[in-house]
Amino acid sequence: MVMKPVALTLNGSFRAAFTAPGQNLLDLLRRGLGDLTPKYGCGQGGCGACTVLVDGEPHLACLVLAEAVDGRNVETVAGMSGATPHPLQEAFMAHFAAQCGYCTPGFLMAAKALLARNPRPTREDVVEAISGNLCRCTGYEPIIEAILSVAHGSARA
Amino acid sequence: MRTDSMSNGMIEFRKELFADERDDTLNEIGKPTRRQDILGHVTGRSPFYDDHLFHGLLHMRCARSPHHAARIRRIDTTEAELSPGVVRVLTGRDVPLNLNTLLSLLDFGIDDEPVLSTDRVRYRGEPVAAVIAESEAAAREAAAKVRVEWEVLPHVLDVEEAIRPGAPVVLEIYPGNRFVYHGRYDHQKLRFGDVEAAFRTADHIIEGRYQISPIEQAPIETCGAIAAPETNDRYVCYTSTQALFFSLATTSKLLRLPSSRLHFIGGTVGGGFGGKVDSVHEPLAVLGAMLTGRPVKFMWDREEEMQVGGPRGAERWYIKDGVMRDGRIVARKFTGYFDSGAYTRLTSYAVIKAVGHLPGPYTIPNVHADVYCVFTNRTPATAMRGFGITGVDFAIEAHMDKVAEAVGMNPIDLRILNAYRDGDMKAHRRVAKNCALIECCQVVAEKAGVQLTSASRAASSRQGGGGERGRIPAHTALDQVGRVEGFDTGSYARKPARQAQATAARPAAAAPAPAPPQPRVPRLEPSRAASAAPPIPPAPAQPAQTGGPARSGPIRFSSISGFRRR
Repeated sequence: MVMKPVALTLNGSFRAAFTAPGQNLLDLLRRGLGDLTPKYGCGQGGCGACTVLVDGEPHLACLVLAEAVDGRNVETVAGMSGATPHPLQEAFMAHFAAQCGYCTPGFLMAAKALLARNPRPTREDVVEAISGNLCRCTGYEPIIEAILSVAHGSARA
Repeated sequence: MRTDSMSNGMIEFRKELFADERDDTLNEIGKPTRRQDILGHVTGRSPFYDDHLFHGLLHMRCARSPHHAARIRRIDTTEAELSPGVVRVLTGRDVPLNLNTLLSLLDFGIDDEPVLSTDRVRYRGEPVAAVIAESEAAAREAAAKVRVEWEVLPHVLDVEEAIRPGAPVVLEIYPGNRFVYHGRYDHQKLRFGDVEAAFRTADHIIEGRYQISPIEQAPIETCGAIAAPETNDRYVCYTSTQALFFSLATTSKLLRLPSSRLHFIGGTVGGGFGGKVDSVHEPLAVLGAMLTGRPVKFMWDREEEMQVGGPRGAERWYIKDGVMRDGRIVARKFTGYFDSGAYTRLTSYAVIKAVGHLPGPYTIPNVHADVYCVFTNRTPATAMRGFGITGVDFAIEAHMDKVAEAVGMNPIDLRILNAYRDGDMKAHRRVAKNCALIECCQVVAEKAGVQLTSASRAASSRQGGGGERGRIPAHTALDQVGRVEGFDTGSYARKPARQAQATAARPAAAAPAPAPPQPRVPRLEPSRAASAAPPIPPAPAQPAQTGGPARSGPIRFSSISGFRRR
């Protein structure tokens, strides 16, 4: 098996790894680079639990070939908080926008991408932005409220 | 400050109801609180079972039956074993005790389900071999190379077809395709009064047929487990289970390992909803770790989760009511069928829960129910959010609407008229107390703008109950329908061989008796300290733990609270 090197920026750090043919970005991040924040839910692009940002745009890591991120900038929830949680994380906590927590990293990434390109989204914009993410504990309403509260500057918890 | 959904109008407390039954010195209820695990969830650091990295991790994947029912003539794993990256291929012969029923841990039911079947499959997707390989892709490729010679058998997928004479037998130990309760009956019975006599005097007879299809819990995290040898002769197992000690004991039983050699870690579950109690993954993952000496992950992909993950089972209900012109329901008869799928798992218990719930929250003086746990060649059913109750509640409430229409009453008035009042006798011979259906109905009607009758508006759960309504009927019609003779309950407690084996296998249990636990002095709350605390009797001496005398019999579920208290 011919392994292929990839070098990328992951949450601001320069990282390099070998990828196997056909390996997806989710597997590279989790097994190869030890970033366990993106989750496996379906492996078919259906649930959004593995959503990460590639050059600022949300991508489903299970559908991206690992070698395709060579030279790119990848962001995950692991890079979201510094000394204090990111405002979106604060808002998710304050609005009870996580129950089991498994889909949460994907929602946070989708929300982060939304606010980066549209800091004042409408409710419809938020619903559209998270439409690729499934939550089975039925938390959509609190999630929408949490994202809107950040957009409208009322997120201080 | 955080916003508070409770003050946003999403939840409204009606504290005027039953105010005298409650003291409002509650510290938590009605106030927002932050869940303790939420920081882990929003930082992605909550440790789900798959969030543990192991060097040299192996991946397990099952070869499965493409047929609903088939005899296995031969399983050939040669080609799979030679497939690149394969470390080992397991079949049923590798499983120390290849037969289980989940509730055997509670002495309930007969072992009926193999971990990996060797002779017969009873549902599509039933596993017959487990491939362990260096990568998930290699395991997938090799699983497709397990060759099985099948002899396809007739199958049955509908509960009522399954109990017809001559239907294909799903499980040989239950030839009637019905679970046998306590070795006596092929269904659960509820008899209260005499429905047939009451039907003859009723003004209306209203019948209905209701059913629900299986429902997959579909958690975003698929079920699985990772097991690895530790350096202390134990195996660690990270699992998605919702029932850690169930999974631990099941693994201990099937692998014939004392539970002291199993180090189970769970509790962080990526959505369960009942679908993660079946303990399917842990035994195979630990067995894989035992036989390879390496960490093994057994994780379902999404397709497996949907195809072989135990769903809320299908149910079919027939309800027949005898109703008077004024809306009083005087008799209600149920015939219910739970689709257990190919094995028992928890459906036997779901049926007990359902029967304990009948006839719904209504005082009906004559009730009759026959409810069956039926085996079919479908995916074995399991727990899901209120299982045993949800389906029949749908049936009951849909039927209440039908009754209301038949007698020309508002459906909420009908419910208030028939609702339990405090002091009423329920069909399973317990007195109703703390009833609140009437008050709920009144609030709902008000919110929905439904005009209730003055009688309904004046009704109260605390008035009109008891008295004649609080008595068990003088005559209850009994029958022997579904009586089974000479059926072995399969109870563990009654097997002398196992008793001996259990004693022999656990010599430590007969070792020096542990010191009796010290009596715990309850901490007195300030408000209660004023009243004289009752003297605390000394704890009785603990008898030394030995193999002990045989227990008198199996523990049985009571019809109401799950277990008979001992």
